Amino acid sequence: MDSALIPVMDDALKPKGVQRCPIWQFALWICIFGAILLWGVYAMFLCWFKGLNQTNMNDAYGFALWIWADLAVIALGGGAFFTGFLRYIIGKDELKNIINYAVLIGFICYSSALLILAIDVGQPLRAWFIFWHANVHSMLTEVAFCLSCYFGVLTIEYIPLVLENRQIDKVPFFHNLAHNMHEIMAIFAATGAFLSFFHQGSLGGVAGVLFGRPFGYREGVLIWPWTFFLFTWSAAACGPCFTIMITKLTEVITGKKLVKQNVIDLLAKISGWMLASYIIAKILDTVYWATVTVPDMGYTLKHFYSNPVYGIWILFLEIVLGGILPAIILITKTGRNNNVTLWIAVVLAVIGVSVNRWVMVLQVMAVPILPFESWYLYLPSWQETATTILPVAYGILLVMLSYRYLPIFPQERELNPID
Amino acid sequence: MKEEHKHIKAKKYGMVIDLDKCTGCGACMVACMAENNVPFKEDETDKLLSITWLRIYKLTNGKPFPETDICYLPRPCMHCEGQHGHAPCVSVCPATVTDYDMETGIVSQIYTRCFGCRYCMAACPYHARYFNWWDPVWPEGMEKYLNPNVSPRMRGVVEKCSFCFPRYQVAKDKAMAEGRREVEEHEYQTACTQACPAGAITFGDLNNPKHAVYKLKMSPNAFRLLERLGTNPKVYYISSREWVRRSGDNYLANEVKIKKL
Repeated sequence: MDSALIPVMDDALKPKGVQRCPIWQFALWICIFGAILLWGVYAMFLCWFKGLNQTNMNDAYGFALWIWADLAVIALGGGAFFTGFLRYIIGKDELKNIINYAVLIGFICYSSALLILAIDVGQPLRAWFIFWHANVHSMLTEVAFCLSCYFGVLTIEYIPLVLENRQIDKVPFFHNLAHNMHEIMAIFAATGAFLSFFHQGSLGGVAGVLFGRPFGYREGVLIWPWTFFLFTWSAAACGPCFTIMITKLTEVITGKKLVKQNVIDLLAKISGWMLASYIIAKILDTVYWATVTVPDMGYTLKHFYSNPVYGIWILFLEIVLGGILPAIILITKTGRNNNVTLWIAVVLAVIGVSVNRWVMVLQVMAVPILPFESWYLYLPSWQETATTILPVAYGILLVMLSYRYLPIFPQERELNPID
Repeated sequence: MKEEHKHIKAKKYGMVIDLDKCTGCGACMVACMAENNVPFKEDETDKLLSITWLRIYKLTNGKPFPETDICYLPRPCMHCEGQHGHAPCVSVCPATVTDYDMETGIVSQIYTRCFGCRYCMAACPYHARYFNWWDPVWPEGMEKYLNPNVSPRMRGVVEKCSFCFPRYQVAKDKAMAEGRREVEEHEYQTACTQACPAGAITFGDLNNPKHAVYKLKMSPNAFRLLERLGTNPKVYYISSREWVRRSGDNYLANEVKIKKL
C-alpha cells in the first residue's frame, strides 16, 4: 500500500469538524502502548502455557493482585451503569454529553476484568464450568453470570458509537442500525443498571460471606452481607469520579475542553452525595464490625491493622483521605468549580475505592486467623504485574482509537471551533 | 431399598487427636502423602507452595526457660459442618466442586470439575486447601507405586484431605459384598491414624456411641480449632495443658475462661 495513502485514510475516518494530532504522533504513541500491551500478552501466554507457578501467589495468597485488579476495575467501571442510570432512568439529560465516554470506559474496565479472570483461573479451558455446574449459593456464580451479561450490554451500548464513524455511517444499514439502537438504549441502560446493582454487590459479598475470615466477614440482611450493599454504593459513587478523572485527563492530553463544566459539575455533585452517604454507611459498618462482630470472634480491631507494612494507616487512607475528604469537596459548589480541588477529589475517590478493594482482597488473605500463625506477605511477580498493566495499555489504545475516529464527545465541536 | 436407607442414621466421621501424645514425628504426613498420591517437588523449602493435606504445626507457650513448653499440632482438613452442612468452602465454590456429604459428613472435592478459582482456599481459615501450582512429576518408577484407588491431580486445581474417602468406598463395597449394611469402625480408618506410632489419632463416627471418638470428643480437655468462627469442625484435639487448649482459638485480653461452643 502506498504510504501516502495513510494520512488520506486517516483524514477520511476522523469525525468532521474536529482537530486531531498528526498521524506520526498518533502512530508513535500507538507503538509505545502497543509494546507495553505485547509485554503483557507475553506474560499472559506464559501463565496460560506454564501455569500459575509463574505468579508469586501461594497457598496462603490464593487471591492476590489479579482479584484486586478485577474488583477495582469493576468498581471504577461503575461510572457506565450509574451514568446510564442517571441519564436514561432518572432523566438527567445533560449527561448525554458524557455518557459515550462513560460507556467506553466501562467497556474497557469490564473487558479487562474478564480477561484478567481468564488468566487467573488454574484451568482456563474449564472456566465454562462456572455456568454449567453453577452453585447458586456462591457469590462468584452470581458475579460470573451478571458480569458476562453486563459485558454484553456494554458491547451493545458501545456498538452504536462505532457505527457513528464517518465512513461506517455512510452505509445506510449501519446508519439505521445505530439510530434504532440509540432509540432503545434506555432498555439496555435499565438492564445494565439492574445487572450492575447485583454483580457489584456480589463482588462485595465475595469477601463478606467468608465467615472463616473475620476481616472480610460481615453480618447483613437475609443472604446478603453488608459489603454487598457497600460495594454497589461505592461503585456508584466512585465510578463516575473515575469517568470525570479520565475525561479531565483526556482534556489535559488533548489540550482541549471536551465536556462542558455544567455536565462535569452535575456528575460530580451526584457523585459527591453518593460518596458522602456511602462513607457514612462505611463508617457505621466499620464501627459495628470492630465493636460487635470481631470481638465476638475473639479478635480486636488492632489485630487486623497490625501488619508490619502499613498498619492502621490504610484504614485512614481508605476512609478519611479516600472517602470523607473527596465527599466534602464534591458536595460543595466551590470545591467542584475549582479545577484543582475537583482533580484532588476525583483522584482521592478513585484511590479510596481501590484501597477498599485492596483490603477486602489482600488484607483478608494476609491477616493471621489461627492464633499460632503470623502475617503472610506477598509481592507480585513480573508476570502478574505485566498482565495487570496489560489492560491499562489496552484501555489507553482503545481510548486513543475511539477518540480519534469516533464522535465520543458531542460537545467537542462546539467547544473547539475550527476557524 | 429406599425404605431401608431411612433407618440408617447419618454418620459423622471425625477425628480426635491427643496432642499430649503427638511427638511431631511426621509419620502421619508421610502416610497421608503416600496414600493419597500427594505430589511433591525437588525443592520443598517454600512451605506455602508445598502440598501437605496433613500439616504439623509447632506451637510454643512463648515462655522463657525453664517454663518453655512446645506442642505439635497435626492439622488435616477439618471437614467443617458449619450450619447444616454450609462449610466455609462448600457454599462459596462457584462450580459445585466441593460438597458436604450429609451421609458421612465428609467434605469432598471433584478434581476434574475444579477450574482453579481458589475461592475455597480464600474461605478456609485453616489453610487446609492446596493448589496444584505445578503438574505432578513423579520420580522415575514411582508412578508404579501410586495408589490405584486415588486419582492424581493435575496442575491448576485445588485439593485437600478427604479423610481417605476411597478407603471408605472400599470398606463399604466389602460390607455390601458380605451382606452387611454397616461399616465396622476398624474397617474404615485413615492412613494417618494407622501410621501414628504414638496412637495420638483416633478416627471414627462421631455420632456412633460404639466408636472411640464418640467418648473422646466429650473429654473436658477436648477442643476444636477456631470454634468461635462457627465453622463447626469435625476434628477434635485433646490436651491436658491449658495453654494448648487456649491456642485453639482467639481470645480477648479480658476473656479468662475458654469459650465452649
